[in-house]
Amino acid sequence: MTTLNSKIPKGPIADKWTNHKNNIKLVNPANKRSIDVIVVGTGLAGGSAAATLAELGYNVKAFCYQDSPRRAHSIAAQGGINAAKNYQGDGDSTYRLFYDTVKGGDYRSREANVHRLAEVSTNIIDQCVAQGVPFARDYGGLLDNRSFGGVQVSRTFYAKGQTGQQLLLGCYSAMSRQIGKGKIKMYNRHEMMDVVVVDGKARGIIARNLVNGEIERHSAHAVVIASGGYGNVFFLSTNAMGSNVSAGWKVHKKGAYFANPCYTQIHPTCIPQHGDQQSKLTLMSESLRNDGRIWVPAKKEDAEAVRAGKLKPTDIKEEDRDYYLERRYPSFGNLVPRDVASRAAKERCDEGFGVGTNETGEAVYLDFSAAITRYGQEQANIQGLHDASAQKIQELGTDIIEKKYGNLFQMYEKITADNPYKTPMKIYPAVHYTMGGVWVDYDLMTTIPGCYAIGEANFSDHGANRLGASALMQGLADGYFVLPYTIGDYLADDIRTGPISTDLPEFDKAENSVKKSIDFFINNNGTKSVDHFHKRLGKVMWNKVGMARNEKGLKEAIAEIKEIREEFWKEVRVPGTADSMNPELEKAGRVADFLELGELFARDALEREESCGGHFREEHRTEEGEAVRDDENFTHVSAWEYKGEPSDAVLHKEALNYENIELKTRSYK
Amino acid sequence: MSAQKGLNLTLKVWRQKNDKENGQMETYQVSDISTDSSFLEMMDILNEQLIAEGKDPVAFDHDCREGICGSCSMYINGEAHGPGREITTCQLHMREFEDGQTIYIEPWRAKAFPVIKDLVVDRSAFDRVMAAGGFVSVNTSGNTQDANSIPIPKADADKAFDAATCIGCGACVASCKNASAMLFVSAKVSQFALLPQGQVEAAERVQNMVKVMDEEGFGNCSNTGACEVECPKGISLENIARMNREYLSASVSSQDS
Ligand SMILES: Cc1cc2nc3c(=O)[nH]c(=O)nc-3n(C[C@H](O)[C@H](O)[C@H](O)COP(=O)(O)OP(=O)(O)OC[C@H]3O[C@@H](n4cnc5c(N)ncnc54)[C@H](O)[C@@H]3O)c2cc1C
Ligand code: SF4
Ligand code: FES
Repeated sequence: MTTLNSKIPKGPIADKWTNHKNNIKLVNPANKRSIDVIVVGTGLAGGSAAATLAELGYNVKAFCYQDSPRRAHSIAAQGGINAAKNYQGDGDSTYRLFYDTVKGGDYRSREANVHRLAEVSTNIIDQCVAQGVPFARDYGGLLDNRSFGGVQVSRTFYAKGQTGQQLLLGCYSAMSRQIGKGKIKMYNRHEMMDVVVVDGKARGIIARNLVNGEIERHSAHAVVIASGGYGNVFFLSTNAMGSNVSAGWKVHKKGAYFANPCYTQIHPTCIPQHGDQQSKLTLMSESLRNDGRIWVPAKKEDAEAVRAGKLKPTDIKEEDRDYYLERRYPSFGNLVPRDVASRAAKERCDEGFGVGTNETGEAVYLDFSAAITRYGQEQANIQGLHDASAQKIQELGTDIIEKKYGNLFQMYEKITADNPYKTPMKIYPAVHYTMGGVWVDYDLMTTIPGCYAIGEANFSDHGANRLGASALMQGLADGYFVLPYTIGDYLADDIRTGPISTDLPEFDKAENSVKKSIDFFINNNGTKSVDHFHKRLGKVMWNKVGMARNEKGLKEAIAEIKEIREEFWKEVRVPGTADSMNPELEKAGRVADFLELGELFARDALEREESCGGHFREEHRTEEGEAVRDDENFTHVSAWEYKGEPSDAVLHKEALNYENIELKTRSYK
Repeated sequence: MSAQKGLNLTLKVWRQKNDKENGQMETYQVSDISTDSSFLEMMDILNEQLIAEGKDPVAFDHDCREGICGSCSMYINGEAHGPGREITTCQLHMREFEDGQTIYIEPWRAKAFPVIKDLVVDRSAFDRVMAAGGFVSVNTSGNTQDANSIPIPKADADKAFDAATCIGCGACVASCKNASAMLFVSAKVSQFALLPQGQVEAAERVQNMVKVMDEEGFGNCSNTGACEVECPKGISLENIARMNREYLSASVSSQDS
């Protein structure tokens, strides 16, 4: 059995990373040339890692399933990236970012990792600016900031609502430079199908060329998994359609522990589902909560009238509105963390105050009218228009809002055909980000030696909840500044190993099993499409393992997922052939893995008899509906060991020690 | 949201097994498509139908479905990304179509973008143009100077940002009668030309990128402007003008040396 050793360095928290770096073994430049590293995934985490490892001199082979690294899911991130720069002079510091992140994560993250993240955060911004990332600037030419949920300082750097795009294009350009030099060999439209473990060490992967179906063997001295999150286990989520768990799940099956699978972030501000033809949900950036006020009608009859289309939101008078976040959480108001905001929206809708058009009533308002008036008035003052008409003020204010959030408003209008400058947006929570993932130690190494996991694919630094603008930070921190150091410590022992042969029996075996499963799919004469099963799984996950969970529902979910899985293997139909481009075949493999992960996910949620962050067990809440954590019994990471069926998985616990931050009830009142 | 209606449509879709075989248009019927659905959701429904009939579903590229990854690429009724300004196919909604309408769906057509299957084309030529110079040569070690040490005028930063929002979709190439990649390349050249960080290697960058662009088989720009019209991100022709100036001054200075 593998043992869990988090390898947290000794010493005071502020010195741990520096001391660790000073003691890490180095690989000299000449030797790096004889070492190969595989990076699976080219989002912010994998892209930055590939570029930096190549810069250091290693031979990098990078893989992604899209036609170009520039299209990784990271491209869609909207709001921004945190860094403790304190450019605003509002009291930010490494310690405060560290503190906010640990608290925001509901005291379920590893202190040492989070501190390191806060420390390197400032470097990320410097690095990206040097690469030509066009962050927003103020009129003095300096970098601009905004604030995000769960914090009281302004530390979020952004590029309109396209921050992820600009950061990813920065990574991609750094990669392009190395591709041009021949230091990165890029495998576009390639999917990792399995990891190859030789003598207990990760030594390569089996990949499928998605254009011609060829199964390829690739060897390396280390394998880095940067394949992103698994939110698509819910079918409907804000994730890109191809986002999947497969690479992480394959390494789990080969010995890597899977940690905290049940920790999922439900984002409070997404466009509500419109009907059964929907394929995915669209996020409206959290940054909108800086200026938008969230409300529902205070009277049930008004809510009913809205749902029936008899009343417009603009018809509801100020005093008849319930700004429930401002009411319940006066000090954070609309900027409470995502888990809190999501549950509060669900609570109002469950009570019958929702304003969605469908039978469920699932939507609340995100209203910009107050902000438009406030900014308009301010502009009128600046321009010396002392008797500006209401309409003029409206125009001036709309202009400011457009400059800040224009592309998001446009996106909303395209999808809903409603104009959010004139009428409040309708929003509802949706699955967004997974805090669980492959378990890694302080060096970001999994329980398989030589196999690393970075970015959203690992169980990460976020704990039970992720604050806004910290996933981008973690992805880039891992890829640019952490992994490139820590991997050297492992690779230093490999300088004399020489190239790894792909003729080893372990490669034969892995390749054969991949081929077998592909043959199965192509030849299984089932009757139902892959999506049919994915949608069914998603419904069970959302209804019983979603925003609120209880023992009964979780037990039912476990049984139901098992049934769907059994039926999947009998009834799935995959058209086409294995030796050509076949998107249905790609999906089939991914859904097969989701069907296993889904069950482990529900088991993990059942096991965790407390409410923390994004994990809300209905049995554990206060009378006002706030989450109740159980620090005595659950201050640990749940790391699962694969033993065949998900029901046989063995639970290991990594105790979490809080030496620098006192464990407190998280309150945003 | 608007009241939803069910549309019945006739689809004429380009089917092509691979880059070697010839393709042809096939006709399919879909019914009861919600006007709130996106165009790609309509394609999903078509594919579910084809799978149920035991036929090969239509292959098309897509991922984010929010108009930002640049994957989705289809010619719809003779227009890149279909009707509507400044949108990608995944952002196109069925409310733009009428009940009973016939819709033609084809892949991007350009020599530099060979068809892989059905509506999927190979756009890796863009990656090779990027590898020729679409970057700032800075070490990724993080030992860079403080990000605020070089103030950048807001107007420049905003313009650089506007150029940088290109999603690399290739609609500009597909809608250009010469299949020119000028809009795409000029957007990257402009982004760096407008920022102090990109200055040092500006001359080399534009020359190298243009050279590879030509080698990849993209056509010449004849200033027709079709690219700008079909660009989902509103990348402006001004970038082409800026790139031409950059190219000219780079050529002049390299003759000097
Ligand atoms: C709409 C949206 C908005 C967001 N906004 C923000 C924000 O404002 N701030 C913030 O901090 N975070 C935000 N996030 C979260 C953040 O974007 C992600 O957590 C982060 O980008 C994940 O990066 P990554 O590199 O780990 O993975 P990804 O970017 O998901 O990359 C995964 C990579 O792995 C590859 N891959 C996957 N499986 C395989 C396989 N089997 N074989 C080969 N390749 C594979 C893919 O091709 C891809 O290259 C947002 C997320 C969404 C969905
Ligand atoms: S310039 Fe516009 S059309 Fe061309 S690739 Fe970029 S975004 Fe697409
Ligand atoms: S699917 Fe990403 S832009 Fe359309």
